[in-house]
Amino acid sequence: MSILNKVIRSVVQVMPDQAPDELIASNRYLGRSINRLNGPDKVTGKATFTADYPVANLAHAALAYSTIAKGRITSIDTKAAEALPGVILVLTHENAPEMKVPKEFGDGSSNDAGTTQAKILNTDHVSWNGQPIALVVAETPEQAEAAAARIHATYEKEDCVTSFEAAIGDAKQPKAIMGEDPEVTRGDVEQALSQSAARIDLTFTTPPHNHNAIEPHACIAQWDGKDDLTLYDTSQFTAGVATTIAQVFGLKADHVRVVAPYVGGGFGGKGGAWPYIQLCALAARETGRPVRLAMTREGVFRIVGGRTPSQQRVAISADDAGKFLGFVHEGVTAQSTHNHFPEQFSFPPRHLYSMEAYRIGQKVTDLSRVANTFMRAPGESIGTFAVESGIDALAYELKMCPVALRMRNEPDADPVSGSPFSSRHMRKAYEMGVERFGWKSRPAEPRSQRDGDWWIGQGVATGTYPVYRMVTAARVRISADGTAVAQTSCQEMGMGTETVQTQHLAERLGLPMSKVRFEYGDSTLPYAGVAGGSSQTVSVALAVQEAGAKVLKELLALAQKDERSPLREANFEDVVAKDEGIFWRVSGGGESYAAILSRAGKDFVEADHKTGAPMELLKYSMHSYAAQFCEVRVHALSGEVRVQRWVGSFDTGRILNPKMAVSQFRGGIIMGIGMALTEETMFDDRTGRIMNPSLAEYHVPVQADIPDIEVVYTNEPDPHTPLGAHGIGEIGITGVAAAVANAVYHATGKRVTSLPITLDKLM
Amino acid sequence: MNSFSYARASESPDLAVALLNENQGRYLAGGTNLIDLMREEIETPAALVDISRLPLAQIEEREGGLRIGATVKNSHCAAHPLVRDRYPLLSSAILHGASAQLRNMATTGGNLMQRTRCYYFYDTASRCNKRTPGSGCDAAQGFHRIHAILGTSPHCIATHPSDMCVALTALDATVQVTGPDGERSIAFGDFHRLPGNTPHVETELRAGELITAVDLPASSANLPSIYRKVRDRASYAFALVSVGAALRVEDGRIADVRIALGGVAHKPWRASIAEQMLHGAEPTEANFRQAAEAELTPATPGHDNAFKVELAQRMIASVLQELAEVKA
Ligand SMILES: Cc1cc2nc3c(=O)[nH]c(=O)nc-3n(C[C@H](O)[C@H](O)[C@H](O)COP(=O)(O)OP(=O)(O)OC[C@H]3O[C@@H](n4cnc5c(N)ncnc54)[C@H](O)[C@@H]3O)c2cc1C
Ligand code: SF4
Repeated sequence: MSILNKVIRSVVQVMPDQAPDELIASNRYLGRSINRLNGPDKVTGKATFTADYPVANLAHAALAYSTIAKGRITSIDTKAAEALPGVILVLTHENAPEMKVPKEFGDGSSNDAGTTQAKILNTDHVSWNGQPIALVVAETPEQAEAAAARIHATYEKEDCVTSFEAAIGDAKQPKAIMGEDPEVTRGDVEQALSQSAARIDLTFTTPPHNHNAIEPHACIAQWDGKDDLTLYDTSQFTAGVATTIAQVFGLKADHVRVVAPYVGGGFGGKGGAWPYIQLCALAARETGRPVRLAMTREGVFRIVGGRTPSQQRVAISADDAGKFLGFVHEGVTAQSTHNHFPEQFSFPPRHLYSMEAYRIGQKVTDLSRVANTFMRAPGESIGTFAVESGIDALAYELKMCPVALRMRNEPDADPVSGSPFSSRHMRKAYEMGVERFGWKSRPAEPRSQRDGDWWIGQGVATGTYPVYRMVTAARVRISADGTAVAQTSCQEMGMGTETVQTQHLAERLGLPMSKVRFEYGDSTLPYAGVAGGSSQTVSVALAVQEAGAKVLKELLALAQKDERSPLREANFEDVVAKDEGIFWRVSGGGESYAAILSRAGKDFVEADHKTGAPMELLKYSMHSYAAQFCEVRVHALSGEVRVQRWVGSFDTGRILNPKMAVSQFRGGIIMGIGMALTEETMFDDRTGRIMNPSLAEYHVPVQADIPDIEVVYTNEPDPHTPLGAHGIGEIGITGVAAAVANAVYHATGKRVTSLPITLDKLM
Repeated sequence: MNSFSYARASESPDLAVALLNENQGRYLAGGTNLIDLMREEIETPAALVDISRLPLAQIEEREGGLRIGATVKNSHCAAHPLVRDRYPLLSSAILHGASAQLRNMATTGGNLMQRTRCYYFYDTASRCNKRTPGSGCDAAQGFHRIHAILGTSPHCIATHPSDMCVALTALDATVQVTGPDGERSIAFGDFHRLPGNTPHVETELRAGELITAVDLPASSANLPSIYRKVRDRASYAFALVSVGAALRVEDGRIADVRIALGGVAHKPWRASIAEQMLHGAEPTEANFRQAAEAELTPATPGHDNAFKVELAQRMIASVLQELAEVKA
């Protein structure tokens, strides 16, 4: 931790808390299973996704990709491509106008959203296998794709490292991981490991994964003169894309407008401004036409990175009673030679368990591969696989119930920072899960349940994900017709953003949902950060709350000036927003927004507001928790694993919309089952090339792989978050792979330490 | 994708053959494999002759067996009462393949002719003897977990990915073809080839020949059978190993046994060694295991797919054991 950070932390400790949000228990709309507002538009095809925008005179772009990992392009032949019908333009390093390399995505506090430090098209140097080497614009997408396939390059290869295994030895400790210390230690951990009743020491590996949202990345670029650019983009960070593309073309950030009302899944893969966006904009500028670049599935594999591979060691020792004495979690992830993202896998144990002595830290190594990036719960998903598998193994060493072992080490305060927890109901989550799953009837012995040819086993693991909040701006307007609008540039990738924010706005202003509207997905609206870190719901809610308060104050001021208003004597503290207006908190008298505005002769009142920095995160240890329970069957002869039962029990603050929340949890669990059993990007180590860039060979789970998933949750509001809520987009995947691995162990007596758990590992 | 010409032959197989021979191209049936291969530019035919509307979409009784037309959709074939009743192995194998959507498009002829799923075959940046004869085989030292362990050659270790063909092999089907030189029949076991040093030549079909039907003989009807497919997910994945087997026991001795394997070779693999050992033998677990081991003795796995040897042995033995128990 930097000295500055330490100073801030100590100052924050003595700062008073914000009073809990007064809507923390309000439930006219909040806390209710309200259907997705844009559901009907989506299922009837009315929702306009990026590639659907009807733009006149549209031309189409396609990319050609390098086929070596590192080296120089010695020749590139575009004649055949140029000769094809419909081809308008072919750009390569030989003729592409200069673009600036944008700043890399930072820690989420800036709008920089660059994904690679490699030049795109402006160089004959190749940095990864799959780097764009040519951009083709044609009249139709088919013509563009056909022409791109006609482009042939020759290369002079250079030595490079594409194999993670080979690069592990060169791993280095980065200065910081997401602003946190790369390594934290306490006490003599080696001694604690050696002198104990039980101990385990295991090494885990996880493979790289790629993003496969149902909607492949796409962009439409339209210039208005030389200085104004509109981009329709599949983005989960409209403001970041605007800033980044402005950097690339030397424009003012507010001259780039990014529009993304509907995004067909993001999971982190659409958080950065991947190179296709700037290439689309370049194509549009150079042809003087609006251009669409809709990536193919293979194209997404080639240029959009995914989850890093990892190797993690977990060593834990405990006394007879199961108390953790020594705890080591350390290992290596990979980033690329042209980006920086050391995925934070070592975060979970820093906050999960009380430990006498520990060494928790991580290193990162560089590969000549496509840049890695965030993918649903980066860090926590792979970190919990290792840690929670290790704890399970220790439980067997101790002959203790794995749930009891975890509860034995439940800390009173954050084990590393010492900060109090803002809200932690891990025990309750476990109790609920144990009850719902019927955990108590599970036999303790592994390899003790058989059904025909199948071994049966039950496993459990803890999941965790931090609470983040980002500085966010919002505008709230209340109009004389009694309606209200809130606006921010945030995004909806299908999580239910629009719905839950509409619920919130209606509840906050005491209006019916039919009279409020939430506008988002446009970078020209007040600033919202990346829809990442499971932070958007609370970040936006706070901005809307505070902007809303400003509007209410203004309205009250209008009333105070008005002789006829029943509110003329009221102070802000005396009133509440309800029944479509402002009313005395105690006596109940008041009047509608419409009445105040029409008497004042105003059409509307509006206010913008930007939230302050998330100081609460420095004062409290703020996290969500999960207890994941599952039952698997493992075929005794073939080693096939089938998950047949799941209970996810979540402690994630107050649940704002149960139906959509449960859907998020389930989605996370499903993605986790894929991570556990099937998903793996196959990088050929000889070439750094992805060999399974299609959904036929890159195995995400299919329906038949997924059992009924039951979800329960504590619904305990966090007094230190807006609405008492936590973000819930990522917690669902955490702990899942470990729960599966632990159930597989319980079924078979085999501990699989490398993902995915394919059948050959269990035969 | 390259440009190509398109013609539809709806009237007769002869017309299709004539059209193809004029245009030097490929027959297009369901298109579920060919169109993908054209998109990836693995195949670049100058012409397509669409045969999907030829009058070859019937399933008919014939000489005590069945004739399945070349353009019968896989889903239709699997659901057909005569197929389900007499050749449940075929029905089951088809239903274990691909997805419902694909089976609704895929045809009998196309299924026979579908090409391997080797990653390097699909990637024009890789070396592949099957795609570009003489260029090398990147799978040999690369990813080959899904590749062949039997009948491989130094030139190619790819598998034939079909499920349906595993059943057809076990059921002693015959492929009916017509072409510029007239009609002929090819025994199913001879239809697909081993890679040898010509992995690009995958079948006995000659240039321009059209598959018109697949015949199932009376002799393989009504056998107790099982299709067991082992794959990486519960559905919608190709077989790592599959076993199609049928067994008839008379007076405590094996009177008829058919075993075919998928996912292990360049062709649907008829386990003749195992069958020979088992004919007339007692249907015991030990005999099944021994026969399975003998079948796999010639296996030549690589570092990624060694598990398939044991997996195939276990699956053969367990499928036969299950059949024996059902009989008992
Ligand atoms: C994602 C995916 C998953 C799949 N999974 C499986 C699986 O698990 N198991 C499985 O068995 N299959 C699977 N398949 C393959 C599927 O079964 C084949 O694609 C299908 O059977 C091909 O039939 P088609 O009619 O579409 O052939 P087409 O694509 O139309 O043709 C394929 C080839 O056959 C030739 N051809 C077609 N008909 C004739 C004829 N009558 N005479 C001569 N040549 C002919 C064509 O010229 C072409 O070369 C999968 C396919 C996909 C895309
Ligand atoms: S195994 Fe066969 S298909 Fe695959 S790369 Fe080698 S030659 Fe090509």
